Amino acid sequence: MMELLILTPLEAEALRLSLWVSFWAVAASLPPGVLAAWVLARKDFPGKTLLDGLIHLPLVLPPVVIGYVLLILLGRKGLLGEALYNALGISFAFNWKGAAVASAAMAFPLLVRAIRLSVEGVDQGLEAAARTLGAGPARVFFTVTIPLVVPGILTGVILAFARSLGEFGATITFVSNIPGETRTLPLALYTLTQVPGGDAGALRLCVISVIVAMLALMASEILTRRVATKMKG
Amino acid sequence: MLEIKVKKRLGSFIVDVAFSTGVAGITALFGRSGAGKTSVINMVAGLIRPDEGYITVKGRRLFDSAESIDIPPEQRRCGYIFQDGRLFPHLTVKANLTYGMSLVPRSERYVSYDQVVELLGIGHLLARRPAKLSGGEKQRVALGRALLTSPSLLLMDEPLASLDSARKGEVLPFIARLPRELAIPILYVTHSLDEILNLADMVVLLDSGKAIAEGSVEEVMSRSDLQHFAGNRDAGVVIGTQVEKRDEASGLTALRFAGGVIKIPLFDVPLGDRVRVRIRSRDVAISLSRPDKISVQNIFPATVEEVAETAESLVDVRLDIGCPLLSRITPAAKADLELTPGQQVYALVKSVAISRGSSNGIEEEN
Repeated sequence: MMELLILTPLEAEALRLSLWVSFWAVAASLPPGVLAAWVLARKDFPGKTLLDGLIHLPLVLPPVVIGYVLLILLGRKGLLGEALYNALGISFAFNWKGAAVASAAMAFPLLVRAIRLSVEGVDQGLEAAARTLGAGPARVFFTVTIPLVVPGILTGVILAFARSLGEFGATITFVSNIPGETRTLPLALYTLTQVPGGDAGALRLCVISVIVAMLALMASEILTRRVATKMKG
Repeated sequence: MLEIKVKKRLGSFIVDVAFSTGVAGITALFGRSGAGKTSVINMVAGLIRPDEGYITVKGRRLFDSAESIDIPPEQRRCGYIFQDGRLFPHLTVKANLTYGMSLVPRSERYVSYDQVVELLGIGHLLARRPAKLSGGEKQRVALGRALLTSPSLLLMDEPLASLDSARKGEVLPFIARLPRELAIPILYVTHSLDEILNLADMVVLLDSGKAIAEGSVEEVMSRSDLQHFAGNRDAGVVIGTQVEKRDEASGLTALRFAGGVIKIPLFDVPLGDRVRVRIRSRDVAISLSRPDKISVQNIFPATVEEVAETAESLVDVRLDIGCPLLSRITPAAKADLELTPGQQVYALVKSVAISRGSSNGIEEEN
C-alpha cells in the first residue's frame, strides 16, 4: 500500500521538470509583465490598442498556433533563434528553456491582466504625495507603486504559475515531447494515454496535477490574506 | 517669501492669480469651493504645470515660463498636507514619518525626528499602520511627515475639512503653533471662516480663479464690498483685540480694541494675549440714543459711514466705532431711524453673539 505514495522516477522527473519550467516561465516574465501592466494602465500612446491586443493574443488563439509561431521565430533555423544562437550561444530549440518560453507566452496575458487591474487601483494621490516628500519618479515607483501593487502581483504570479503547469499545446508544438527535457506533467500524461496499459500511470499523474494545483492556490490565498492584514495594521 | 504670478487653463476654467506672502506666519487662501484654491497650491508644489508665469519661494525660482525653469516637485522643498492625509497604507506611522526625512541631507534639516514626534504628540502611534488611526491622528502624522522634510514652505489643502469638530480640535493647535516654534511660512487653503479667525495672519481672497484681495485678516474680512464671500448668514467684521481683564463676578472677559473695550463671555486666557473676534452684521443693532436697562453688554458710540442696499433687499450699514463695524437691518428699520452718513448712533452687540478665535491662534483645550 505504501509504495502507492512513492513517486516513480518518471513521475518525479516530470513533476520536477514541470515546477522548474513553470518557475522560470513566471520569474522571467515578471519584470516585463509589471512594466507592460504599468504602461497599459498609465500611459497613452499611439499603438496602445495594438500592444494590448498582442499581449492578449495567447488567450484567444489555439496554443498550437503560439507554439508554431515560436518555432518559426525561435527555432534553431528561426528568424531570431539562429541569430541568438550565433551571437550568444543561447538556444530555445527542444530544451527546457524553450518549454519555459512557451509557458511564459501562454501565461503572460494572465499575469499582465492581474497586475494591470492592481496598478489601476493605486491612488495616484499617494504617488503625488511621495513626490512632494522628495522622491523622484523611479523611487516613487519602487517604494510606493510596487508595494501597493503586491496583491495584484501575487494573484498574477499564481495564475501564471498554474497556467504554466498546465501548458501543453504550445510546448509540444515548439519543443516537442522529450523525456527529461521538455516532458512536463501534461505531456507525460498525454504520453501514457497513448500507450497500452498506461491508464493507471495516467491516473496517478492526474492526482499529482490536482495536488500541485491545489497547493499553489492555497499558497496564493494565504499570501494574499497576509498582505491584507499587513495593510490593515 | 512666496511670490506667485501664474496663469493656467483647466478646461473652460482659467486660474489667473498673482500675490505674495509675508516672511513667516499663515497666509490663508480663502474662497468658495471651485475658486481655484487647490489648483494654486498644486502649482506651487509642482503637481500642476502653469501655462505661464513664475513662482518664487525664499528667492528661489521654482517655475518661470520665460526662462523655462520648472523644478520637479521632489526638488521644490514644499511640504504638502493634503485634505485626505494621503499616508502610505503599506508603511507604519514611523516609516511614513521618515519617508521624506531620509532623503534630506542632514545639514539641511532644521527640525529633528524627536522634536516633531514630541510637538505633534504622536509618540504612541509610531508602530501602527495608517488604517488604524483616527482622522485627527492621520492629519497629525501627515503634518509630521511633511515637516520632517524640513520644507521652506508648507502647503495645506483644507487639512481640517474632512474632520468633525472634535477631531479638528486635535489638529488645529498644532498647526497654530508651527509659525512660532519653527518659523515656517504656511499657505493654507480653506473655506472656513473659523479657521481663518483662529489661524491666519494674512488672507488672499480667491474668486473664479482670480486673487481679488489680499491683506491682514482684519482688513480683508471687514471690507464691506467683500461680504458676499462670507455668505449671507456670516457677513460681518473681524476685529483684533488684546485681553484686558477677566471678571469672574460678571462672567465677562474684556478685550481692548482700537475703539474701546469689547465684552465677551468669560473664557480662560492669560491677560495681554491677542484674540480675534468676529461680529456678524445680523447681530448688530442700531439705536439713536444710548439705551439703559438693556441686557446687551456692548454699546459702542458709532458714526454712520455708508448705508447700502444688499442683493437680498436688506440694508447694510457701515459704522465706525474706532474700527469698521457692519450692521444688517431691514428697510423698515432704516426708514424708522432715517439713517444717513455722518449721523451719530449707538451700535449694540450681545456678548454671547460674538465669536472669538483662540488666543494667539491656539484654542484652549477643554
